[in-house]
Amino acid sequence: MTTSPNPAPSLEAPRTHYLNAAYGLRSWLFTRDHKRIALLYLVSVSVFFALGGLMAVLIRMELATPDGDLFQPDIYNRLFTMHGVLMIFFFLIPGIPAVLGNFLIPLMIGAKDLAFPRINLLSWYLYTAGGLFTLWALLHGGVDTGWTFYTPLSTNYVNTSVLTVGVGIFIAGFSSILTGLNFVITIHRMRAPGLTWFRLPLFVWGHYATSIIQILGTPVIAITILMIAAERTLHIGFFDPKLGGDPVLFQHLFWFYSHPAVYIMILPAMGVVSELVATFARKPIFGYRFVAFASIGIAVLGFLVWGHHMFVAGESIYAGVVFSVLSMLVAVPSAIKVFNWTATLYKGSISWDTPMLYALGFIGLFTIGGLTGVMLATLGIDAHVHDTYFIIAHFHYIMVGGAIMGYLGGLHFWWPKITGRLYPVFWSKLSALVIFIGFNVTFFPQFILGYLGMPRRYHSYPPEFQVLNVMSSAGATVLGLGYLMPLVYFVWSMRYGPRATANPWGATGLEWQTTSPPPVENFTVRPVVTAPPYTYASAPAGKEAADVG
Amino acid sequence: MSVETHGASDLAHHFDSYEQQKESATLGMWTFLVTEILFFGGLFAAYSLYRSLYPEAFRAASHTLDIRLGALNTAVLIGSSLTMALAVRGGQIGKPKVTFGMLLATLALGSTFLGVKAIEYADKFHHHHVPGALFHFEGPDAVHAQLFFSLYFGMTGLHALHMIIGVAILAGMLRPALRGAWTPRNHNFLEGMGLYWHFVDLVWIFLFPLLYLIGRHH
Amino acid sequence: MTHTQNSAAPAPHVMPVSTYLLVFLALMCGTALTVAAAYVDLGWANNAVALAIAIAKSTLVVLYFMHVKENTRLIPAVIFSGLFMLLILFVNLLADYGTRGWLGVEGR
Repeated sequence: MTTSPNPAPSLEAPRTHYLNAAYGLRSWLFTRDHKRIALLYLVSVSVFFALGGLMAVLIRMELATPDGDLFQPDIYNRLFTMHGVLMIFFFLIPGIPAVLGNFLIPLMIGAKDLAFPRINLLSWYLYTAGGLFTLWALLHGGVDTGWTFYTPLSTNYVNTSVLTVGVGIFIAGFSSILTGLNFVITIHRMRAPGLTWFRLPLFVWGHYATSIIQILGTPVIAITILMIAAERTLHIGFFDPKLGGDPVLFQHLFWFYSHPAVYIMILPAMGVVSELVATFARKPIFGYRFVAFASIGIAVLGFLVWGHHMFVAGESIYAGVVFSVLSMLVAVPSAIKVFNWTATLYKGSISWDTPMLYALGFIGLFTIGGLTGVMLATLGIDAHVHDTYFIIAHFHYIMVGGAIMGYLGGLHFWWPKITGRLYPVFWSKLSALVIFIGFNVTFFPQFILGYLGMPRRYHSYPPEFQVLNVMSSAGATVLGLGYLMPLVYFVWSMRYGPRATANPWGATGLEWQTTSPPPVENFTVRPVVTAPPYTYASAPAGKEAADVG
Repeated sequence: MSVETHGASDLAHHFDSYEQQKESATLGMWTFLVTEILFFGGLFAAYSLYRSLYPEAFRAASHTLDIRLGALNTAVLIGSSLTMALAVRGGQIGKPKVTFGMLLATLALGSTFLGVKAIEYADKFHHHHVPGALFHFEGPDAVHAQLFFSLYFGMTGLHALHMIIGVAILAGMLRPALRGAWTPRNHNFLEGMGLYWHFVDLVWIFLFPLLYLIGRHH
Repeated sequence: MTHTQNSAAPAPHVMPVSTYLLVFLALMCGTALTVAAAYVDLGWANNAVALAIAIAKSTLVVLYFMHVKENTRLIPAVIFSGLFMLLILFVNLLADYGTRGWLGVEGR
């Protein structure tokens, strides 16, 4: 992507930029600048990640020994429930879109801001309010239903803070809807002159697909939470058999959103990885259009597969077969992406910078997570390993190995743009390595545990499972240390890091054509786009360039 | 719907033109309405499932609803949609008094709808047709008749909540309307409110036959 | 996307009042028709007729009151994407319950 020969703006570190244009708490809490809102999100998302991580630490401590000796079973139930709720609704779903997407989408499309800046700020306040409700519930003992809130457990039997957490998720859901809505309108209406759909960076395509899911899926979970609340408080029955209802209907409505929600977490990470692979292999993405349409394909297919969570819940066997086949179809666009990233690496001039290490980690871990997903989509295998640690391992490979690796890779890639500072190379490369190793030691043993039949959500287990559980707990310690490292050197770099140039990676993309950090209005001269993305100098100007044109 | 005002201009700083601003507002409002479709959609899905499973109970329960009040409210709401459309038209042609009068009429009709709804709800309480401990229904399948009333209260309640929000916003729009806040160049807020109001009308157009008119020929 | 200058405000296309009145009359007739049809025994078609009238009425509202007739084609695309997702929810949900008894095995 190149700009037309405008009078070239100075790309030296600017005297005023969005970070120092105004000072004081008010200038942050009432800002409408998408870049500042992204930083607000970065802080709050990190807090919830730390809290959810703390729960994970406690869970792994309990599971280091076969006996349930550290926590009572009902405390353990609350731990894994709050771990799931915090990580899914308050870290993974908002994570990449609200932080990186918020910061980068207007920059990448050459706009001054998102289409609705005030709604963008509102969505941060909604997210925070939802988070505060959940924290308040946490202080009052939390919830012990599992993050899935299955009825009639959640409506009739438990005495924990189902309603408070439900309200928290409901409010945070509206934040998610508003973010998605803002992105869709912005991408449709605010692109720079010459920036056609097939000149958009794949990061933007990934977020467009994500936004579709946020807009179309989230309302269904919102109404489902309201139905739970009505049944729990007013005994207006929808799901309780005593009141004439059917609990399986709840599972249908819940998974109609919550399965596509997995793609809300992974699609933005895929967008990040596409940017990283192209930049650090110095090649245009192989099969740009395929990768772009694969994002949309995953978003649409993702809505057709929710029944694979209910194979053993009394679902009709015929519906099960259809859901099984459709679930396997999702592997097609996912595989297109993995193969195209691999083909992009082929004969590329690869540099092993920190973001690239995270991206390569993503590709490997996502592949394992995805392939075990195909195994689980098979009816017979799922009946065997349903509700075991095999499931836990599978979705952590997607969510931690996929989404969080993508998130960290993206943070490392755009950190110089966001803060105008560089972080230490050695420590950041070491963190990528430690996280990769720690992750695999934590979760690979869980595949074996699940295959051997260890069920999820119990605080004790037979002694023969101890070796693998100790491995997993040890790996979690390493993983936790790995996550602490970026926290330390990112904070350090904000004050002491060397100043970054406008384009430290030599990347294409409009966000690198403005200063680091960007000015309040993003660009001093309105960019005009005349070429497709990823036009790297070393790129062979043959078939691929024709393909993306 | 949200419009950033920057200084004296009613064109927000991050837009290039009024047309871009208007198209963004319209597309944004429609996208919001699509989320509303799926918000109500969860209840409609539950309704379809349970009605297909228990048709007799649903018919018996539906017969207790007052079809005259339902039809009256349908007419009231369609009338309010007409006045709302004319209010938006007043903004398009720059006639603040037309906009004001029509918004007032919409407000009155919307309140009428809510009043009739309140009468219906009171009647349900009177006959113990409200789900819960005091629920009582004379019929062969009282449990699933109760399910019908759960859905009735869920769907009409959510609809009424949207009406209440709409009426509140309308009340807040009266003064700006008289001041001429909406011009032919920028009446995006008025237009967005119109879309919202018509959407609430649309939901009722489906709720009326689905709740009131089940198997009336028996 | 357009990049006209600030001064160029779009002149909104204004529908005549008579159009709105006609749509209003059609909607009222539709309401009367749907009530009347409910009292005629059409068997299974009662539902279909009620829904068909409701769809016709809402199409009128969307096209005229909500100005979709004069909007860009993007708006119908947005609406249909929402309706399509709703259809997916209904079809997959009812397909599960509708095929429950087919196997003839208790509990399957």
